[in-house]
Amino acid sequence: MTATAENPWMAELLSRGGPMVEFEDVSIGFEGNPVLKKVSFRVEPGETRILLGPAGGGKSVLMKLVNGLLVPDSGRIRVFGRLLSEMTEREIFQMRAHIGMVFQESALFDSLKVEDNVAYRLEEENVDPKEIRERVLEVLRFVDLEEALEKFPAELSGGMRRRVSIARAIIGRPELLLYDSPTAGLDPITSSTIIELLVKQRDVSHATCLLITHRLQDAFTLATNRYNLRENHMEPMLNHRIDPSTRFLVLNEGRVIFDGTTLELTHTSDPWLREYIE
Amino acid sequence: MRLLSPEAYAKSIVASVQEYSLLCARAVANLFTRPRYMADIYAQMDLIGVGSLPIVVLTGFFTGCVLALQSAVSLKEFGAVNMTGELVTLAMIKELGPVLTGLMISGRNTSGMASELGSMNVTEQLDAMRALGTDPIRKLVTPRLVAAVFMVFFLTIISDACGIGGGAFVAVAMLKLNAGQFFHTGYMSLEHGDIVEGLVKPLFSGFIIATIGCFYGLRTKGGTRGVGQSTTQAVVSSSVLIILVDFMVTQLMIGIFGR
Repeated sequence: MTATAENPWMAELLSRGGPMVEFEDVSIGFEGNPVLKKVSFRVEPGETRILLGPAGGGKSVLMKLVNGLLVPDSGRIRVFGRLLSEMTEREIFQMRAHIGMVFQESALFDSLKVEDNVAYRLEEENVDPKEIRERVLEVLRFVDLEEALEKFPAELSGGMRRRVSIARAIIGRPELLLYDSPTAGLDPITSSTIIELLVKQRDVSHATCLLITHRLQDAFTLATNRYNLRENHMEPMLNHRIDPSTRFLVLNEGRVIFDGTTLELTHTSDPWLREYIE
Repeated sequence: MRLLSPEAYAKSIVASVQEYSLLCARAVANLFTRPRYMADIYAQMDLIGVGSLPIVVLTGFFTGCVLALQSAVSLKEFGAVNMTGELVTLAMIKELGPVLTGLMISGRNTSGMASELGSMNVTEQLDAMRALGTDPIRKLVTPRLVAAVFMVFFLTIISDACGIGGGAFVAVAMLKLNAGQFFHTGYMSLEHGDIVEGLVKPLFSGFIIATIGCFYGLRTKGGTRGVGQSTTQAVVSSSVLIILVDFMVTQLMIGIFGR
Protein backbone atom coordinates (compact mmCIF):
# COMPACT_ATOMS: atom_id res chain seq x y z
CA MET A 1 0.00 0.00 0.00
CA THR A 2 1.38 3.41 -0.91
CA ALA A 3 1.59 6.36 1.44
CA THR A 4 -1.11 8.09 -0.65
CA ALA A 5 -3.57 5.27 -0.24
CA GLU A 6 -3.10 5.45 3.51
CA ASN A 7 -3.77 9.19 3.61
CA PRO A 8 -6.98 10.54 2.05
CA TRP A 9 -5.71 14.10 2.63
CA MET A 10 -2.81 13.50 0.28
CA ALA A 11 -4.92 11.51 -2.20
CA GLU A 12 -7.23 14.51 -2.51
CA LEU A 13 -4.29 16.85 -3.05
CA LEU A 14 -2.85 14.66 -5.78
CA SER A 15 -6.21 14.13 -7.50
CA ARG A 16 -6.43 17.89 -8.11
CA GLY A 17 -3.60 17.53 -10.61
CA GLY A 18 -1.20 20.38 -11.27
CA PRO A 19 2.49 20.53 -10.48
CA MET A 20 4.03 18.53 -7.64
CA VAL A 21 6.39 21.39 -6.79
CA GLU A 22 6.01 25.03 -7.74
CA PHE A 23 8.31 27.91 -6.85
CA GLU A 24 7.17 31.50 -7.42
CA ASP A 25 9.78 34.25 -7.02
CA VAL A 26 11.40 32.49 -4.08
CA SER A 27 14.29 34.30 -2.40
CA ILE A 28 16.33 33.38 0.65
CA GLY A 29 19.56 34.62 2.19
CA PHE A 30 21.70 33.94 5.23
CA GLU A 31 23.30 36.64 7.38
CA GLY A 32 22.66 39.27 4.72
CA ASN A 33 24.01 37.19 1.82
CA PRO A 34 21.36 36.32 -0.78
CA VAL A 35 21.48 32.63 -1.77
CA LEU A 36 18.41 32.31 -4.01
CA LYS A 37 17.04 35.30 -5.92
CA LYS A 38 13.48 35.20 -7.24
CA VAL A 39 13.62 31.55 -8.30
CA SER A 40 10.56 30.25 -10.18
CA PHE A 41 9.98 26.80 -11.67
CA ARG A 42 7.51 23.91 -11.67
CA VAL A 43 7.93 20.16 -11.43
CA GLU A 44 5.11 18.14 -13.00
CA PRO A 45 4.00 14.69 -11.74
CA GLY A 46 6.27 11.89 -12.92
CA GLU A 47 8.99 14.34 -13.96
CA THR A 48 12.68 13.89 -13.17
CA ARG A 49 14.06 17.37 -12.64
CA ILE A 50 17.84 17.61 -12.60
CA LEU A 51 19.37 20.61 -10.85
CA LEU A 52 22.73 21.64 -12.22
CA GLY A 53 25.04 24.50 -11.43
CA PRO A 54 28.34 25.46 -9.85
CA ALA A 55 28.93 24.73 -6.16
CA GLY A 56 27.51 27.38 -3.84
CA GLY A 57 24.70 28.24 -6.27
CA GLY A 58 21.94 27.44 -3.78
CA LYS A 59 20.89 24.00 -5.02
CA SER A 60 20.92 22.28 -1.62
CA VAL A 61 19.09 25.24 -0.09
CA LEU A 62 16.44 24.91 -2.78
CA MET A 63 16.06 21.22 -1.94
CA LYS A 64 15.58 21.99 1.75
CA LEU A 65 12.99 24.64 0.86
CA VAL A 66 10.95 22.02 -1.02
CA ASN A 67 10.86 19.84 2.08
CA GLY A 68 10.00 22.73 4.40
CA LEU A 69 13.31 22.37 6.25
CA LEU A 70 13.99 26.05 5.47
CA VAL A 71 11.54 28.92 5.14
CA PRO A 72 12.00 31.44 2.29
CA ASP A 73 12.42 35.15 2.94
CA SER A 74 9.96 35.91 0.16
CA GLY A 75 8.05 34.13 -2.59
CA ARG A 76 5.67 31.20 -2.58
CA ILE A 77 6.34 27.46 -2.57
CA ARG A 78 3.62 24.95 -3.39
CA VAL A 79 4.20 21.25 -2.77
CA PHE A 80 1.48 18.78 -3.81
CA GLY A 81 -0.57 21.85 -4.68
CA ARG A 82 -0.51 23.39 -1.20
CA LEU A 83 1.26 26.53 -0.11
CA LEU A 84 3.87 25.64 2.51
CA SER A 85 3.40 29.00 4.23
CA GLU A 86 -0.27 28.18 4.86
CA MET A 87 0.40 24.75 6.34
CA THR A 88 0.67 24.12 10.07
CA GLU A 89 3.79 22.44 11.39
CA ARG A 90 1.83 19.22 11.92
CA GLU A 91 0.66 19.30 8.28
CA ILE A 92 4.23 19.84 7.10
CA PHE A 93 5.33 16.77 9.06
CA GLN A 94 2.44 14.82 7.49
CA MET A 95 3.44 16.08 4.05
CA ARG A 96 7.01 14.88 4.60
CA ALA A 97 5.72 11.32 4.94
CA HIS A 98 5.15 11.57 1.16
CA ILE A 99 8.61 12.89 0.36
CA GLY A 100 11.80 10.84 0.40
CA MET A 101 15.06 12.71 0.77
CA VAL A 102 18.64 11.58 0.23
CA PHE A 103 21.14 13.95 1.83
CA GLN A 104 24.52 14.89 0.39
CA GLU A 105 26.45 13.20 3.21
CA SER A 106 23.79 10.47 3.63
CA ALA A 107 22.84 11.77 7.13
CA LEU A 108 22.26 8.27 8.47
CA PHE A 109 21.58 7.98 12.20
CA ASP A 110 25.01 6.82 13.33
CA SER A 111 23.83 5.20 16.55
CA LEU A 112 21.29 3.00 14.74
CA LYS A 113 21.98 -0.13 12.70
CA VAL A 114 21.25 -0.14 8.97
CA GLU A 115 18.02 -2.05 9.62
CA ASP A 116 16.80 0.55 12.12
CA ASN A 117 17.88 3.44 9.89
CA VAL A 118 15.88 2.07 6.98
CA ALA A 119 12.93 1.10 9.16
CA TYR A 120 12.85 4.47 10.93
CA ARG A 121 9.94 6.00 9.01
CA LEU A 122 7.78 2.87 9.30
CA GLU A 123 8.48 2.56 13.03
CA GLU A 124 7.40 6.18 13.47
CA GLU A 125 4.17 5.32 11.65
CA ASN A 126 3.61 2.34 14.00
CA VAL A 127 3.58 -0.17 11.17
CA ASP A 128 3.37 -3.84 12.19
CA PRO A 129 6.93 -5.11 13.02
CA LYS A 130 6.53 -8.09 10.69
CA GLU A 131 5.64 -5.81 7.78
CA ILE A 132 8.52 -3.47 8.69
CA ARG A 133 10.97 -6.35 8.49
CA GLU A 134 9.61 -7.47 5.12
CA ARG A 135 9.75 -3.98 3.65
CA VAL A 136 13.24 -3.31 5.01
CA LEU A 137 14.48 -6.50 3.36
CA GLU A 138 12.65 -5.55 0.16
CA VAL A 139 14.28 -2.12 -0.15
CA LEU A 140 17.70 -3.36 0.94
CA ARG A 141 17.43 -6.02 -1.75
CA PHE A 142 16.50 -3.23 -4.19
CA VAL A 143 19.71 -1.35 -3.37
CA ASP A 144 21.64 -4.63 -3.21
CA LEU A 145 22.64 -4.29 0.44
CA GLU A 146 20.76 -7.10 2.13
CA GLU A 147 23.92 -8.28 3.86
CA ALA A 148 24.46 -4.93 5.62
CA LEU A 149 21.33 -5.27 7.77
CA GLU A 150 23.15 -5.61 11.10
CA LYS A 151 25.93 -3.10 10.43
CA PHE A 152 26.31 0.42 11.75
CA PRO A 153 26.77 3.32 9.28
CA ALA A 154 30.41 3.77 10.39
CA GLU A 155 31.16 0.24 9.16
CA LEU A 156 29.98 1.03 5.61
CA SER A 157 31.80 2.58 2.65
CA GLY A 158 30.65 5.94 1.22
CA GLY A 159 28.77 4.25 -1.63
CA MET A 160 27.07 1.78 0.70
CA ARG A 161 25.99 4.61 3.00
CA ARG A 162 24.48 6.42 0.02
CA ARG A 163 22.59 3.24 -0.94
CA VAL A 164 21.26 2.83 2.60
CA SER A 165 20.18 6.47 2.45
CA ILE A 166 18.30 5.75 -0.80
CA ALA A 167 16.68 2.69 0.82
CA ARG A 168 15.60 4.85 3.77
CA ALA A 169 14.13 7.44 1.40
CA ILE A 170 12.12 4.98 -0.71
CA ILE A 171 10.79 2.67 2.01
CA GLY A 172 7.73 4.87 2.53
CA ARG A 173 6.95 4.68 -1.22
CA PRO A 174 6.96 8.46 -1.52
CA GLU A 175 5.34 10.43 -4.35
CA LEU A 176 8.28 12.85 -4.45
CA LEU A 177 11.98 12.02 -4.12
CA LEU A 178 14.70 14.57 -3.43
CA TYR A 179 18.28 13.53 -4.12
CA ASP A 180 20.91 15.99 -2.90
CA SER A 181 24.10 15.13 -4.83
CA PRO A 182 23.80 11.34 -4.41
CA THR A 183 27.11 10.76 -6.24
CA ALA A 184 29.15 13.55 -4.60
CA GLY A 185 32.52 12.37 -3.33
CA LEU A 186 32.18 8.88 -4.80
CA ASP A 187 34.52 7.20 -7.27
CA PRO A 188 33.24 6.88 -10.89
CA ILE A 189 32.33 3.18 -10.59
CA THR A 190 30.34 3.66 -7.40
CA SER A 191 28.71 6.76 -8.92
CA SER A 192 27.57 4.69 -11.90
CA THR A 193 26.07 2.12 -9.51
CA ILE A 194 24.15 4.86 -7.71
CA ILE A 195 22.89 6.39 -10.98
CA GLU A 196 21.81 2.94 -12.18
CA LEU A 197 19.89 2.63 -8.92
CA LEU A 198 18.19 5.97 -9.51
CA VAL A 199 17.20 4.95 -13.05
CA LYS A 200 15.83 1.69 -11.64
CA GLN A 201 13.89 3.54 -8.94
CA ARG A 202 12.50 6.01 -11.52
CA ASP A 203 11.36 3.27 -13.91
CA VAL A 204 9.89 1.07 -11.16
CA SER A 205 8.03 3.64 -9.08
CA HIS A 206 7.51 6.46 -11.62
CA ALA A 207 7.77 8.87 -8.69
CA THR A 208 8.49 12.53 -9.30
CA CYS A 209 12.05 13.36 -8.46
CA LEU A 210 14.39 16.30 -8.00
CA LEU A 211 18.07 15.53 -8.26
CA ILE A 212 21.10 17.70 -7.66
CA THR A 213 24.28 16.65 -9.36
CA HIS A 214 27.65 18.16 -10.20
CA ARG A 215 28.41 15.44 -12.73
CA LEU A 216 26.92 16.17 -16.13
CA GLN A 217 27.53 12.60 -17.28
CA ASP A 218 25.23 11.38 -14.47
CA ALA A 219 22.52 13.78 -15.61
CA PHE A 220 22.77 12.66 -19.24
CA THR A 221 22.87 8.99 -18.19
CA LEU A 222 19.55 9.55 -16.43
CA ALA A 223 18.11 11.26 -19.49
CA THR A 224 19.23 8.66 -22.03
CA ASN A 225 18.93 5.34 -20.21
CA ARG A 226 16.19 3.08 -18.97
CA TYR A 227 16.15 0.08 -16.66
CA ASN A 228 15.55 -3.36 -18.12
CA LEU A 229 13.75 -5.14 -15.30
CA ARG A 230 13.76 -8.48 -17.05
CA GLU A 231 17.52 -8.59 -17.47
CA ASN A 232 18.12 -6.51 -14.38
CA HIS A 233 20.46 -3.91 -15.81
CA MET A 234 20.47 -0.37 -17.17
CA GLU A 235 20.55 0.10 -20.94
CA PRO A 236 20.35 3.01 -23.42
CA MET A 237 16.85 3.86 -24.62
CA LEU A 238 15.78 2.41 -27.94
CA ASN A 239 16.82 4.39 -31.05
CA HIS A 240 18.90 6.74 -28.88
CA ARG A 241 15.74 8.35 -27.58
CA ILE A 242 15.79 10.76 -24.67
CA ASP A 243 13.52 10.36 -21.67
CA PRO A 244 10.84 13.05 -22.21
CA SER A 245 10.09 13.32 -18.48
CA THR A 246 13.66 14.38 -17.66
CA ARG A 247 14.07 18.14 -17.52
CA PHE A 248 16.89 20.40 -16.37
CA LEU A 249 17.12 23.44 -14.14
CA VAL A 250 20.45 25.28 -14.04
CA LEU A 251 21.21 27.66 -11.19
CA ASN A 252 24.06 30.12 -11.05
CA GLU A 253 24.65 32.61 -8.24
CA GLY A 254 21.15 32.04 -6.93
CA ARG A 255 19.31 32.65 -10.21
CA VAL A 256 17.68 30.23 -12.64
CA ILE A 257 19.56 30.54 -15.89
CA PHE A 258 18.03 27.56 -17.67
CA ASP A 259 14.76 25.65 -17.36
CA GLY A 260 14.03 23.16 -20.12
CA THR A 261 14.45 19.74 -21.71
CA THR A 262 17.61 17.77 -22.37
CA LEU A 263 17.63 18.74 -26.05
CA GLU A 264 17.10 22.41 -25.26
CA LEU A 265 20.04 22.24 -22.86
CA THR A 266 22.37 20.55 -25.31
CA HIS A 267 21.40 23.03 -28.07
CA THR A 268 21.55 26.15 -25.93
CA SER A 269 23.14 29.26 -27.39
CA ASP A 270 23.83 30.82 -23.98
CA PRO A 271 27.64 31.24 -23.87
CA TRP A 272 27.95 30.63 -20.08
CA LEU A 273 25.78 27.52 -20.30
CA ARG A 274 27.67 26.22 -23.33
CA GLU A 275 30.94 26.63 -21.49
CA TYR A 276 29.46 24.95 -18.39
CA ILE A 277 28.16 21.86 -20.19
CA GLU A 278 31.20 21.51 -22.39
CA MET B 1 37.43 37.09 15.89
CA ARG B 2 34.62 39.27 14.51
CA LEU B 3 33.61 42.07 16.87
CA LEU B 4 29.91 42.80 17.24
CA SER B 5 28.45 46.26 17.79
CA PRO B 6 26.75 46.67 21.21
CA GLU B 7 23.39 46.82 19.45
CA ALA B 8 23.98 43.61 17.49
CA TYR B 9 25.28 41.91 20.64
CA ALA B 10 22.19 42.93 22.62
CA LYS B 11 19.95 41.74 19.80
CA SER B 12 21.72 38.37 19.67
CA ILE B 13 21.17 37.91 23.42
CA VAL B 14 17.48 38.76 23.16
CA ALA B 15 17.15 36.40 20.16
CA SER B 16 18.85 33.60 22.14
CA VAL B 17 16.53 34.09 25.12
CA GLN B 18 13.54 34.06 22.77
CA GLU B 19 14.80 30.91 21.05
CA TYR B 20 15.38 29.21 24.42
CA SER B 21 11.92 30.20 25.67
CA LEU B 22 10.27 28.85 22.52
CA LEU B 23 12.20 25.59 22.83
CA CYS B 24 11.09 25.19 26.46
CA ALA B 25 7.47 26.01 25.59
CA ARG B 26 7.41 23.50 22.74
CA ALA B 27 9.14 20.80 24.78
CA VAL B 28 6.53 21.17 27.54
CA ALA B 29 3.58 21.48 25.13
CA ASN B 30 4.61 18.19 23.49
CA LEU B 31 3.78 16.41 26.75
CA PHE B 32 0.09 17.01 26.12
CA THR B 33 -0.12 15.79 22.52
CA ARG B 34 0.67 12.56 20.70
CA PRO B 35 2.95 10.88 19.73
CA ARG B 36 4.83 10.41 22.99
CA TYR B 37 8.14 8.60 22.88
CA MET B 38 7.90 6.50 26.03
CA ALA B 39 10.80 4.20 25.08
CA ASP B 40 13.05 7.25 24.68
CA ILE B 41 11.90 8.60 28.04
CA TYR B 42 12.81 5.30 29.77
CA ALA B 43 16.16 5.17 27.95
CA GLN B 44 16.98 8.70 29.10
CA MET B 45 15.85 7.90 32.66
CA ASP B 46 18.29 5.02 32.67
CA LEU B 47 21.07 7.21 31.26
CA ILE B 48 20.48 10.18 33.54
CA GLY B 49 19.18 8.43 36.64
CA VAL B 50 20.91 5.08 36.94
CA GLY B 51 24.02 6.36 35.14
CA SER B 52 24.45 9.28 37.54
CA LEU B 53 23.81 7.23 40.69
CA PRO B 54 27.48 6.50 41.57
CA ILE B 55 28.62 10.16 41.39
CA VAL B 56 25.56 11.37 43.27
CA VAL B 57 26.04 8.79 46.05
CA LEU B 58 29.77 9.53 46.38
CA THR B 59 29.37 13.32 46.19
CA GLY B 60 26.54 13.31 48.72
CA PHE B 61 28.33 10.99 51.14
CA PHE B 62 31.63 12.89 51.19
CA THR B 63 29.91 16.27 51.31
CA GLY B 64 28.12 15.08 54.46
CA CYS B 65 31.44 13.83 55.88
CA VAL B 66 33.22 17.15 55.27
CA LEU B 67 30.28 19.15 56.55
CA ALA B 68 30.24 17.19 59.82
CA LEU B 69 34.00 17.62 60.30
CA GLN B 70 34.02 21.36 59.53
CA SER B 71 30.91 22.20 61.53
CA ALA B 72 32.07 20.20 64.56
CA VAL B 73 35.22 22.32 64.75
CA SER B 74 33.21 25.57 64.79
CA LEU B 75 30.46 24.26 67.04
CA LYS B 76 33.01 23.04 69.57
CA GLU B 77 34.05 26.64 70.24
CA PHE B 78 30.51 27.35 71.41
CA GLY B 79 30.16 24.04 73.23
CA ALA B 80 27.44 23.02 70.80
CA VAL B 81 29.06 20.03 69.14
CA ASN B 82 25.86 18.05 69.79
CA MET B 83 24.13 20.20 67.18
CA THR B 84 26.26 18.70 64.38
CA GLY B 85 23.37 16.45 63.32
CA GLU B 86 21.01 19.40 63.04
CA LEU B 87 23.48 21.43 60.97
CA VAL B 88 24.37 18.60 58.60
CA THR B 89 20.74 17.58 58.05
CA LEU B 90 19.48 21.10 57.42
CA ALA B 91 22.38 22.00 55.13
CA MET B 92 22.08 18.80 53.11
CA ILE B 93 18.31 18.88 52.67
CA LYS B 94 17.86 22.60 52.08
CA GLU B 95 20.94 23.49 50.11
CA LEU B 96 23.84 21.14 49.46
CA GLY B 97 21.87 18.06 48.39
CA PRO B 98 19.83 19.84 45.69
CA VAL B 99 22.61 22.13 44.44
CA LEU B 100 25.44 19.60 44.37
CA THR B 101 23.24 16.96 42.74
CA GLY B 102 22.16 19.51 40.14
CA LEU B 103 25.75 20.54 39.44
CA MET B 104 27.05 16.97 39.24
CA ILE B 105 24.28 15.86 36.89
CA SER B 106 24.73 19.05 34.91
CA GLY B 107 28.42 18.30 34.39
CA ARG B 108 27.70 14.74 33.38
CA ASN B 109 24.48 15.02 31.37
CA THR B 110 24.23 18.57 30.01
CA SER B 111 27.52 18.02 28.23
CA GLY B 112 26.32 14.66 26.91
CA MET B 113 23.08 16.13 25.59
CA ALA B 114 24.78 19.13 23.97
CA SER B 115 27.43 17.02 22.27
CA GLU B 116 25.00 14.31 21.12
CA LEU B 117 22.47 16.73 19.63
CA GLY B 118 25.26 18.98 18.36
CA SER B 119 26.89 16.11 16.47
CA MET B 120 23.52 15.13 15.02
CA ASN B 121 22.98 18.73 13.94
CA VAL B 122 26.30 19.21 12.17
CA THR B 123 25.97 15.87 10.35
CA GLU B 124 22.45 16.76 9.12
CA GLN B 125 20.90 13.94 11.16
CA LEU B 126 18.39 16.37 12.66
CA ASP B 127 17.39 17.54 9.17
CA ALA B 128 17.09 13.89 8.16
CA MET B 129 14.84 13.30 11.17
CA ARG B 130 12.63 16.22 10.14
CA ALA B 131 12.63 14.99 6.55
CA LEU B 132 11.43 11.60 7.81
CA GLY B 133 8.44 13.28 9.45
CA THR B 134 9.70 13.37 13.05
CA ASP B 135 9.85 16.52 15.14
CA PRO B 136 13.30 16.49 16.82
CA ILE B 137 11.99 18.51 19.77
CA ARG B 138 9.32 15.89 20.42
CA LYS B 139 11.67 12.96 19.86
CA LEU B 140 14.86 14.28 21.48
CA VAL B 141 14.13 17.20 23.80
CA THR B 142 10.85 16.24 25.52
CA PRO B 143 12.04 12.77 26.64
CA ARG B 144 15.25 14.30 28.05
CA LEU B 145 13.23 16.97 29.84
CA VAL B 146 10.83 14.48 31.46
CA ALA B 147 13.66 12.11 32.39
CA ALA B 148 15.86 14.87 33.85
CA VAL B 149 13.12 16.47 35.99
CA PHE B 150 11.97 13.07 37.27
CA MET B 151 15.40 11.60 37.95
CA VAL B 152 17.11 14.69 39.43
CA PHE B 153 14.25 14.80 41.95
CA PHE B 154 14.89 11.24 43.16
CA LEU B 155 18.67 11.52 42.90
CA THR B 156 18.51 14.55 45.20
CA ILE B 157 16.65 12.50 47.80
CA ILE B 158 19.34 9.81 47.53
CA SER B 159 22.06 12.46 47.78
CA ASP B 160 20.41 13.94 50.91
CA ALA B 161 20.25 10.50 52.51
CA CYS B 162 23.87 9.72 51.64
CA GLY B 163 25.00 13.13 52.93
CA ILE B 164 23.26 12.66 56.25
CA GLY B 165 24.67 9.11 56.39
CA GLY B 166 28.19 10.45 55.70
CA GLY B 167 27.77 13.10 58.40
CA ALA B 168 26.60 10.45 60.86
CA PHE B 169 29.56 8.24 60.00
CA VAL B 170 32.05 11.04 60.75
CA ALA B 171 30.14 12.09 63.87
CA VAL B 172 30.19 8.56 65.29
CA ALA B 173 33.52 7.25 64.02
CA MET B 174 35.68 10.37 64.33
CA LEU B 175 33.91 12.83 66.62
CA LYS B 176 32.71 10.11 68.99
CA LEU B 177 29.16 11.52 69.05
CA ASN B 178 26.05 9.47 69.67
CA ALA B 179 24.38 8.24 66.47
CA GLY B 180 20.87 8.38 67.95
CA GLN B 181 21.40 11.95 69.07
CA PHE B 182 22.78 12.90 65.63
CA PHE B 183 19.71 11.61 63.81
CA HIS B 184 17.28 12.84 66.46
CA THR B 185 18.55 16.44 66.48
CA GLY B 186 18.61 16.38 62.69
CA TYR B 187 15.04 15.06 62.48
CA MET B 188 13.70 17.47 65.10
CA SER B 189 15.26 20.48 63.35
CA LEU B 190 13.41 19.82 60.08
CA GLU B 191 10.17 21.59 59.28
CA HIS B 192 7.70 21.17 56.49
CA GLY B 193 9.10 24.18 54.59
CA ASP B 194 12.64 22.74 54.61
CA ILE B 195 11.50 19.54 52.92
CA VAL B 196 9.44 21.47 50.36
CA GLU B 197 12.42 23.73 49.59
CA GLY B 198 14.73 20.75 49.16
CA LEU B 199 12.32 19.01 46.83
CA VAL B 200 11.34 22.02 44.71
CA LYS B 201 14.92 22.94 43.79
CA PRO B 202 15.73 19.70 41.91
CA LEU B 203 12.66 20.18 39.71
CA PHE B 204 14.16 23.43 38.46
CA SER B 205 17.64 21.89 38.19
CA GLY B 206 16.32 19.01 36.08
CA PHE B 207 14.50 21.44 33.81
CA ILE B 208 17.62 23.58 33.37
CA ILE B 209 19.91 20.58 32.73
CA ALA B 210 17.73 19.17 29.93
CA THR B 211 16.65 22.38 28.23
CA ILE B 212 20.08 24.07 28.28
CA GLY B 213 21.84 20.90 27.07
CA CYS B 214 19.36 20.46 24.22
CA PHE B 215 19.26 24.19 23.39
CA TYR B 216 23.01 24.41 22.85
CA GLY B 217 23.03 21.08 21.02
CA LEU B 218 20.29 22.14 18.59
CA ARG B 219 21.98 25.44 17.71
CA THR B 220 25.43 23.94 17.14
CA LYS B 221 27.23 25.15 14.04
CA GLY B 222 30.71 24.70 12.66
CA GLY B 223 31.60 21.01 12.76
CA THR B 224 33.40 19.22 15.58
CA ARG B 225 34.86 22.49 16.89
CA GLY B 226 31.33 23.85 17.18
CA VAL B 227 30.28 20.71 19.07
CA GLY B 228 33.09 21.29 21.58
CA GLN B 229 32.12 24.94 22.05
CA SER B 230 28.45 24.07 22.49
CA THR B 231 29.29 21.45 25.10
CA THR B 232 31.41 23.88 27.13
CA GLN B 233 28.85 26.68 26.89
CA ALA B 234 26.04 24.32 27.89
CA VAL B 235 27.82 23.13 31.05
CA VAL B 236 28.81 26.68 32.06
CA SER B 237 25.34 28.10 31.43
CA SER B 238 23.47 25.31 33.18
CA SER B 239 25.78 25.41 36.23
CA VAL B 240 25.40 29.18 36.60
CA LEU B 241 21.63 28.97 36.06
CA ILE B 242 21.26 26.19 38.65
CA ILE B 243 22.97 28.35 41.29
CA LEU B 244 21.05 31.46 40.24
CA VAL B 245 17.69 29.66 40.36
CA ASP B 246 18.71 28.10 43.69
CA PHE B 247 19.17 31.60 45.09
CA MET B 248 15.80 32.73 43.74
CA VAL B 249 13.93 29.65 45.02
CA THR B 250 15.58 30.03 48.44
CA GLN B 251 14.42 33.65 48.58
CA LEU B 252 10.92 32.59 47.54
CA MET B 253 10.78 29.82 50.15
CA ILE B 254 11.97 32.16 52.89
CA GLY B 255 9.16 34.48 51.82
CA ILE B 256 6.60 31.66 51.99
CA PHE B 257 7.75 29.63 55.02
CA GLY B 258 9.68 32.31 56.89
CA ARG B 259 12.91 30.29 57.15
